[in-house]
Amino acid sequence: MRNVLALILAGGHGKRLGVLTEKIAKPAVPFGGKYRLIDFTLSNCVNSGIYQVGVLTQYRPHILNNHINIGRPWDLDRKKGGITILSPYLGGVSDWYKGTANAVYQNIEYVDSFNPDFVLILSGDHVYAMDYNDLIDFHILKGADGTIACMEVPIEEANRFGIMITNIEHRIIDFEEKPAQPRSNLASLGIYVFNWKFLKEYLLKDESDQSSTHDFGHDVIPRMIQDNRQIYAYKFNGYWRDVGTIKSYWESNLELTRPIPPLNLYDRHWRFYTQTEEMPPAYCAPSSKIINSIISEGCEIYGTVENSVIFQEVYIGEDTAVKNSVVMTGTCIERDCLISDAVIAERVTLQDRVTIGRGEAAPSRLDKEIYTDHITVVGMYSTIPAGTVIGKNCVVGIGVRESDFDSSFIESGGYVLHRE
Amino acid sequence: MRILGLILAGGQSKALGSLVSKRASAALPVFGKYRAIDFTLSNMVNAGIRKVGVLTQYNPRSLMDHLGSGKEWDLDRKNGGLFLLQPYVSQEGYYWYKGTADAIFQNMTLLRRGEEDYVLIGSGDHIYKIDFSQVFEFHISNGADITLLVKEMDETYDLSQYGIVEMSGNRIIDIEEKPEKPKTNVAFLGIYFMNKYFLMELLYNYVTKGETDLLTIIQSQLDRLKVCGYLFNGYWRNVKKGINEYFRINMDGLKKEVRGELFYRYGKIYTKLKDLPPPKIGGTAIVRNSILSDGCIVNGNVENSILFRGVNVKAGAVVENSVVMQDTVIEEGAVVRNAVLDKEVLIRQESRLVGKDTIAVLEKRAVL
Repeated sequence: MRNVLALILAGGHGKRLGVLTEKIAKPAVPFGGKYRLIDFTLSNCVNSGIYQVGVLTQYRPHILNNHINIGRPWDLDRKKGGITILSPYLGGVSDWYKGTANAVYQNIEYVDSFNPDFVLILSGDHVYAMDYNDLIDFHILKGADGTIACMEVPIEEANRFGIMITNIEHRIIDFEEKPAQPRSNLASLGIYVFNWKFLKEYLLKDESDQSSTHDFGHDVIPRMIQDNRQIYAYKFNGYWRDVGTIKSYWESNLELTRPIPPLNLYDRHWRFYTQTEEMPPAYCAPSSKIINSIISEGCEIYGTVENSVIFQEVYIGEDTAVKNSVVMTGTCIERDCLISDAVIAERVTLQDRVTIGRGEAAPSRLDKEIYTDHITVVGMYSTIPAGTVIGKNCVVGIGVRESDFDSSFIESGGYVLHRE
Repeated sequence: MRILGLILAGGQSKALGSLVSKRASAALPVFGKYRAIDFTLSNMVNAGIRKVGVLTQYNPRSLMDHLGSGKEWDLDRKNGGLFLLQPYVSQEGYYWYKGTADAIFQNMTLLRRGEEDYVLIGSGDHIYKIDFSQVFEFHISNGADITLLVKEMDETYDLSQYGIVEMSGNRIIDIEEKPEKPKTNVAFLGIYFMNKYFLMELLYNYVTKGETDLLTIIQSQLDRLKVCGYLFNGYWRNVKKGINEYFRINMDGLKKEVRGELFYRYGKIYTKLKDLPPPKIGGTAIVRNSILSDGCIVNGNVENSILFRGVNVKAGAVVENSVVMQDTVIEEGAVVRNAVLDKEVLIRQESRLVGKDTIAVLEKRAVL
C-alpha cells in the first residue's frame, strides 16, 4: 500500500475576486449552491482514498478553519492521519509563508512525521473532479521524480498558464510561465505529485537560493526541469476550472445550471462533501417561476428565477426576477426587484424595487484590474435601500448600509463602499 | 437539571399499509428530508438533553440506519449520548416489549445507572416543535408528580383516536382512551415528564403485577397523584394515524406558518445528511407550491407536491398533490396525482397513477 500525503495550498488571497475575497480566503468562497471552493479538492482526496491531508492556510483563515473544523463532513476526523490545518507559526526558521514552496518547506517536519512515499501538492481553489490514483499510477509507471497534471487549453489562452513542452514520452523538457508566444497548449493545473525525498531535496535547495520567490510554478519546477530530472506531464481530460476572476467565477457557477453541466455534481460515485447548516428543503411558492436554476435548501422562492445559482436560505419575494446571477447564503431579495448578471454575497438585503444590471457596461471606477466585465458584485452583509437602481459592472462593498448610498442611482462602473 | 430522554419508537401501525412494511412508523419520511423521529429527537436535544434512549421493536432496521451513532444530533458522546434499546434475549428468557411500561421496565438499567433526576418520554411518531424547557418549568412550578402534554384538538383530528382528558385547572382528573363519545376536545399527546425515581417506583410496582401500559398505570393513580396537563398550542400531528393523516402532514409543509413553526423557532430539526447537491430545475420545468430537496432534478411539471432527496421528474411528466420519496424517478410524459410514492419507485414513460377518492400508494421499489 503506497503512502500518500496530500498538501492543499489554501493561503492565497485571490485578489482578483474583489469584494468576494476581501474578508475570506479564496478556498472558502462559496460555490455551486452549497459548497465552498476547497470542498472539491477535499472531496477528490477522500474519494481517491487519501485520508492524510494538510491544509496550508495564511490569508484570513477564520471562515476556512471553521468550515474545515475537524474534517467531519469528509470523514477526515480520524484517529490516524485525518486533516491538519497548517498555519504559519513561530519558532526556529519559521515566518509567514513567503510562497507556495516556502509554505511546504516550513512544514517539512509535519510531512516527515508521516514518512510518505508520495506527496500530492494541490490547490484549494480549483473546481474539478479528479481521481488522484490515476495521476499517481502514471507517476509510478513512468518512474518519475515528479508529475504535473496538465490540460490542453485553446492555444490563444495558453499565455495565461504555465505551459509544458513535452517529448513523445510525456516527459517535460521545457517549461514556460505565461509565455507570450506559447510553444505548446499543455497547461499546468497546479496539481503535482512528487516522491517525497526528491521534493524535500529541492525545497531545501530552493530555500537556500536568495534570488528565489519560493513558488512551485515559478522557481522549483523550472529548476527540476533544468536539472534534467524525471518530470512528467499527466494529461487530464476532465472538467477543471480555476475560478480566479469574477467573470470566471460567475460563469462556472452558471455552467452548473445547463441541461448537461460539464461538472456532474449528481454523480453518486463521486460525491462532493461539504459542511452546511441544517436547513429544511427549498420551497417554491405558487407565484414562483423557476427555470434553468439551482435552488438550495432553506430557500423560499416567490418570484422568478432564471439561469441562476441560488444558495441556501435565500428569500426571493413576489414580482422579483433574478436572472443570470449568483445569490449566496442567507440573502433576502424583497418584492419588485429586477436583478440580472450579478454576484450577490452572503446575508445581503435588497429592499423593495431594487434594480441591478441596468444599462450598458462601463469601465469600473473602483478597480479596472479586478472588475473587468459587466457583472455587478454586492459584498456580504450589505443592505441596498428600496428603489435603488444599479447599473452593470458596479460594486457594492462589504457591510454597506442604507446611509452609505448618496443617491438612488449607481451608474454602470460605479461603486458604493461603507463609510466608517 | 439532568433529564433522560426516552423515545418510544417500536409500535406497529396497520393503518399505514405498505409504507410500514419495511420500516417503523418513527422512520417514516416527512417534509422532503426528515424522518418522523427527527422532531422528537431534535426537540429533546434542543432542550439540552444529552442522553436519549430509543426503544425499538417493529421493523427497526431503517430507523437504526437513520440514527446511526447519533452524530447528527450531537449524541455521539462519551458521556450519555444515544442508546438504541431493542428487545433482547437473556438468561431469564426472551420477551418482546408488551407495552410502553413494560418496554421501559425491561431497560431499567438505563434508568438506574444515570445521574438524571427527570425523565421525558416522547414518541417517535409525532411531528411538532416545542420548547421543552417550558414544560420542565411548568412541572416544577406546579409541583406536579407527573406532567402530561395535552392539546385542544380542532375538527381536523379524529378524537376517537386519542386519549381524551378532563381537566380541572392544570390538573388532569380523568383520561379516557379512544372514547366513542369524547367528553372534551383535549387530548393527551403521548408525552410524559416526571421524576425518574418516581417512574422507577411505578414500574417496579405495577409492571411486576402484570400491567404493561404506562398510561393505564397513570390512569389508575389520578386521584392519588398530582397529574398535571401542560397545554400545548402548537402544531402537533401523529404520522401513525393512517395514510390520509400522513399525506396531510406532508402537505402541511407547504404552509408558511407550519414551516415557520417547525423549522425556524426553538432550534433546528436535525436529520441524517445525504451529501447531495442542491436541486436543479431545468428549462422545461414548471414548479409551483412545492418543496424540493437536495439532489432533485426537475424538468417536468410539479405542483402542490413534496419531492424528497434525489427525485427525478423528467420532461413532460406531471406530478400534482403528491408525496414523492427519495430517489424515485418519474419518466417522460407520466402523470402522478394524489399519490404517495415510496422510495426508489419508477414511473415509466406515459403511465398514469391518479388517486381518486383515496390517496394512491406505491410501495418501495415499485415499477409502474
